[in-house]
Amino acid sequence: MEKNTRSMYFVPGNEPKMLQDAPVFDPDAIVIDLARRVPATEKDSARILVKEALQFLDYSNVEVIVRINPLSSEYGLKDVETIAPVKPNALMIPKARVEDIQTLANMLSGIEQAQGLEEGTIKLIPMIDSILGLESVHSIINASSRVTAAFLNAEDLAADYGSKRTKEGDEILYARSKVSMACRAAGIEVIDTPYMDINDSEGLEMDTEKANLLGFTGKAAIDGRQVEAINIVFDASLRQAAFPQAHTHI
Amino acid sequence: MKNAVGVELPEFIEGYGVVKPFAGAFAGYGQVQKAAVRLESVQPGKTKLLRSIDEAIEKVNLRDGMTISFPSHLRNGDHVINQVMAVIAAKGIKDLHIAATHIFPIHELLVDYIKRGIVTGLSASYISPGAVAKAITKGYLKNPAVLRSHGGRPRAIESGELHIDVAFIGAPTADAYGNINGVQGKAACGTLSYGIADAQYADKVVAITDNLVPYPACPIEISQEYVDYVVTVDSIGDPHGIVSGTLSVTKDPVGLRIASLAAQFIDEAGYIKDGMSFQSGAGGTSLAVTAEVRKRMKEKNVIGSFAAGGVTGFIVDMMNEGLFRSVFDVQCFDLKAIASYRDNPRHQGMSGSLYGNPNTKGALVNNLDIMILGATEIDTEFNVNVITGSDGVIMGGSGGHNDTAAGSKLSVIVTNLIKGRLPIVKSKVTTVATPGETVDVLVTEHGIAINPRRSDLIVKLKDSSLPLVPIEKLKEMAERLTGIPEPIPFSDEIVAVVEYRDGSIIDVVKKPLDTGGCKPRN
Amino acid sequence: MLITKTAQAGSTVKSDVLITVSPSETPGIHLELKSKDVILKQFGKQIEKVIMDKVKELGADNVNIRAEDKGALDYTIRARVQAALERASN
Repeated sequence: MEKNTRSMYFVPGNEPKMLQDAPVFDPDAIVIDLARRVPATEKDSARILVKEALQFLDYSNVEVIVRINPLSSEYGLKDVETIAPVKPNALMIPKARVEDIQTLANMLSGIEQAQGLEEGTIKLIPMIDSILGLESVHSIINASSRVTAAFLNAEDLAADYGSKRTKEGDEILYARSKVSMACRAAGIEVIDTPYMDINDSEGLEMDTEKANLLGFTGKAAIDGRQVEAINIVFDASLRQAAFPQAHTHI
Repeated sequence: MKNAVGVELPEFIEGYGVVKPFAGAFAGYGQVQKAAVRLESVQPGKTKLLRSIDEAIEKVNLRDGMTISFPSHLRNGDHVINQVMAVIAAKGIKDLHIAATHIFPIHELLVDYIKRGIVTGLSASYISPGAVAKAITKGYLKNPAVLRSHGGRPRAIESGELHIDVAFIGAPTADAYGNINGVQGKAACGTLSYGIADAQYADKVVAITDNLVPYPACPIEISQEYVDYVVTVDSIGDPHGIVSGTLSVTKDPVGLRIASLAAQFIDEAGYIKDGMSFQSGAGGTSLAVTAEVRKRMKEKNVIGSFAAGGVTGFIVDMMNEGLFRSVFDVQCFDLKAIASYRDNPRHQGMSGSLYGNPNTKGALVNNLDIMILGATEIDTEFNVNVITGSDGVIMGGSGGHNDTAAGSKLSVIVTNLIKGRLPIVKSKVTTVATPGETVDVLVTEHGIAINPRRSDLIVKLKDSSLPLVPIEKLKEMAERLTGIPEPIPFSDEIVAVVEYRDGSIIDVVKKPLDTGGCKPRN
Repeated sequence: MLITKTAQAGSTVKSDVLITVSPSETPGIHLELKSKDVILKQFGKQIEKVIMDKVKELGADNVNIRAEDKGALDYTIRARVQAALERASN
């Protein structure tokens, strides 16, 4: 990615008003969701809407990421065929496996060639949303040079191991640590799961601080109001990092 | 001839009179004259309490062609206009001019009276979208309607331009000798600001109440010295239509984003400081700006002088938190505001004239620092329309818009750049209510435009991180999304005259030609 | 593109448009556009053109199109027309 992605704002792909309003909140990236937040009966319509939106709306100040349906579903490949030609900055891949990343990388090369784009233009962001994905995160993120970030979806992940999500997030401490360290070791960005209570701004701030301390480089937002708070936390951490290092060595 | 905002006007408008073109927001100041008042003095022993509205209409000798006024804070709960007009219609009186403050959907009956020639003229500060607004737009009124601001209406009354023969004042509480208050009774509405000029200047004043109390009806807001007769009715208004239980800050993230940008702008412009004064509308986004301003005042430990305007519980809370020393109230918007106005001496009422009348020794708007306003449309000259929709149909009125914009040190328009498919920033507004020379800044979710006349603000914010853009750029952004709107065709028929607060004509509303929209294509 | 059945796409929520297409007995494209007056007066012709252009681009004919607009922008109108036509031709 061109710039640090502090905030990644998710919007449902089938709602025109949300698509139009998304850049207003000044997120670093928007994730247009064709998967979870689009019902099965609207997959076709949402896909076309997103294709049109990317060509019409002014997204010049944000990174545009489209969350496609899992490649194992009947929608995933169609999503890629329709969306990739209108040049999103990246595709987000749910239930990503190593072979999915490789398949997509090859497919995108073909589309890029056909569209006259430089190979590797469209990036891939695997979503870590299952026990299997978590335990193979290292292989997944290293499966292609197109992978420039990973996103931890703790809601689906916790559901996969039968845990209940809490505001404190102790139940995802291992997952957060594992994903963030794997990504930092690979030198890519790592985006934390969203804070689900959109009306709790203090909780959001604390949760974002925690993610920041655990090594995440950004956090997902599910409401426009969350974007600014997330940006502020990661900006503050950048400023702290700019301070001279302590002179004591251990 | 063209007025100072470039609107072409005739010399004379049939049913209105000689046109005084708008010559600039501050051209009307100087020596002024108030009208003399004619009244019937009351000697000891006379009673004022009458049995019915019918009897009151007989006593005041209401005749064809007169002007009757209905100052009201009862909003869409008002029962006074409908009850009085029903009696008047039954008595066969016609050709009346109604000098209202507000027309709401509840007043739909007026359409019938307009069609039957019982009502031939109408003036108001605000006409909400609905049947009456549509009827006026279609030209059903014999004479053009006249729209005046909250300050302009009392100015017109006090100068004699708007002479009222009989004022019918809805009184939430009254005694039999004509003392009135608005803070007690089942139709309590708080302040009675809009009716002060009517009470003082009308030839005859009739108080209509549904809560007659033993003498005296303290705390008195309009006193017996101005009131000729008192009539009791079952109900002057529906409390549910008068006030809202609670008004809340918008939940719309875009509205909140606009509010956050506006507050940051106000702060960076240096207006969040001790002694500041502040007013905002009660719309969701305006209220959100108030919430953001409150946050910044607390952070900076600022104590403001006063908050003003239509008052909500939110503003009351800010005063009680110590963020403002006082509140000036021209209309209570909710129950909390009414209770505060009744109980707290720092919660000060004000007449419409004190609020915004330019022909006084200083209206309160002159003391305002920050004013937050909405807009139906705004053009690249910063002229604002709050009168008509972009289809030319009446859906509002100046209210206090042009009064506060002219008086305040910083007038901020907050609005979405587009609403649905309609662009709000345009090359020309459909109807000018507030001249651009009194508007300082426009805040939208896509950027902030400072009026080039405010070079001081441009200099002050030159290093700001805020998304500052020329207003022309905002217009282009809006039109890129919506397309360029086709001009609405209008006839030459003037259906309403828009007076600026000083009584000059800033614009007229012409009857839109009925294009019928798009017909199904076969 | 052969329109064989009635189908819809879009919705009647704000900033969207509900497009209903169905086969027509008579040749041509039969368009019925509904929206607020204030939109029709200023944008009616533009919206009609966007719809007609999309229908022609996709090569549909002998079709009735009903558009119930809630303030949609052009890109949404194009997308919903395409989705409705694709659904009606399967």
